[in-house]
Amino acid sequence: MTHLFEVSDVSASYNGNLVLEKVSFKVREKDFVGIIGPNGGGKTTLLKVILGLIKPVKGKVVFNKDVLDYSNIGYLPQVSESDITFPVSVRDVVLSGLMHKKGVAARMTRRDFKIADEVIEKLGIMKLRNARLSEMSGGELQRVYLGRALVASPKLLLLDEPGNFVDSSFEQNFYDMLKEVNNIITILMVSHDVGTISAYVKSFACVNKSLHYHDSEKITNEQLKGYGCPIQLIAHGDVPHTVLKNH
Amino acid sequence: MGIELFEYDYLLRSVLAAILGSITAGIAGTYIVSRRLVFLSGGITHASFGGIGLGYFLGLNPVIGAALFGMASAAGIEYLSGRQEVKEDSAIGFLWAFGMALGIIFIYLTPGYTPDLMSYLFGSILTITNSDLIALAILSVVLIIFFLFYYRTILYISFDEGFARTFSRRVTFFKYLLIVLVSLVIVMNIRIAGVVLVLSLLTIPPNIAILFTGSYYKMIIVSVVIGLVGTLMGLAASWYLDIPTGATVIFTLVLLWVLSRIIVNIGRKNRRRRLLLNQ
Repeated sequence: MTHLFEVSDVSASYNGNLVLEKVSFKVREKDFVGIIGPNGGGKTTLLKVILGLIKPVKGKVVFNKDVLDYSNIGYLPQVSESDITFPVSVRDVVLSGLMHKKGVAARMTRRDFKIADEVIEKLGIMKLRNARLSEMSGGELQRVYLGRALVASPKLLLLDEPGNFVDSSFEQNFYDMLKEVNNIITILMVSHDVGTISAYVKSFACVNKSLHYHDSEKITNEQLKGYGCPIQLIAHGDVPHTVLKNH
Repeated sequence: MGIELFEYDYLLRSVLAAILGSITAGIAGTYIVSRRLVFLSGGITHASFGGIGLGYFLGLNPVIGAALFGMASAAGIEYLSGRQEVKEDSAIGFLWAFGMALGIIFIYLTPGYTPDLMSYLFGSILTITNSDLIALAILSVVLIIFFLFYYRTILYISFDEGFARTFSRRVTFFKYLLIVLVSLVIVMNIRIAGVVLVLSLLTIPPNIAILFTGSYYKMIIVSVVIGLVGTLMGLAASWYLDIPTGATVIFTLVLLWVLSRIIVNIGRKNRRRRLLLNQ
């Protein structure tokens, strides 16, 4: 099994506070890791360290250079800093996902527009292609941002709480879409909703300053406690305290 | 002969200033309006008055002093807002008043009479000089080339800076460059509308443009055109009515904005009525 990248002994701080301490784990190709943990536990910081946006104070992230570099990581930030009243089209937002490959003096070609339109089509928002962002629902916007993360055909997809703005009617649809994407792309997804994502992820990583990798989609309250990961599980299915795949 | 005409015909010069001013204000204005940097730009504008005063005091061209103060304050505010130690709006407020205070002190200390102080406060497109025009022309060309070349980067930094940082390590550099360009646009347009009025030259056209288009580059083009229409109409009106040009231009632009709002609202109502009828 080849690994896509390895986080090796990383300590990182955010706003002067040490939020990650001696974190080490390997992510194998096509894994779908659910990153869980309490608020302020360092989940977002971990993603930003992998993205190279935060320099770790100690340790490093090592990419498998044959497959991964910064230009083929797709990123869906948690709270987008974007201003939805901004004069920008859906297609332009999706195209911004190509900027890493194209550089700061990017010219978008007809081929790029085609690629963007294909992603937009796949995400089912083709009819909104020319809509203003301010006219769209939270779920539709989230699809636009997912399109931005996917347009460069990344090898790795980093998602920070993607379910936050998604309306419940679209939620299942959204995760099904991710599952399909996972057939070819490795995914790391931060989420507080352990119950829901356990039906989709292949493994868990509990982040609370330290990190515990749990190589199974099943996880129990006891295990979480053992990991020092104080979050509440809502049990699905018949077995109490155990999160199982939907059955 | 042609040169002579250019040199003596102040009306031709003001028309040229209107064209170049609209180009620069339309481009920089779209950037500051869409990134919500209007208040910051107000700070830069008033800080540059300190430079105007310094220019008088040292016997230099006040525009050069204003440009130096404008650029320095732009970079200073951008720097302060990057760290979280000072509240950005407070920093802008300080700079705003500090620049004006400095300007007034310098002008007071300058021996003799400062005849065209009023033209820096309220603008005077009719007294614009050839060197002002050349500076405006160079600035227009630089802005056009810069925005053509880095259009996508500027668009995406403005729209979502956090995401832009994932594809470029030079986001901060671009932000500095852009705000310094904005400060130069403001300073060069002070000759047209004055410290007190210049900001509206940058902010009203994009605010009209955004009523009609949801695309960034169309917003720039529409802003330039609206700025030009407003400035030329204001210029003509002030000429015939013999009232101050800067103020008339701003008045015209505000009028255009009100008109546009009414047109857009009527359009929306009609569309809704049509939709209801079709059901």
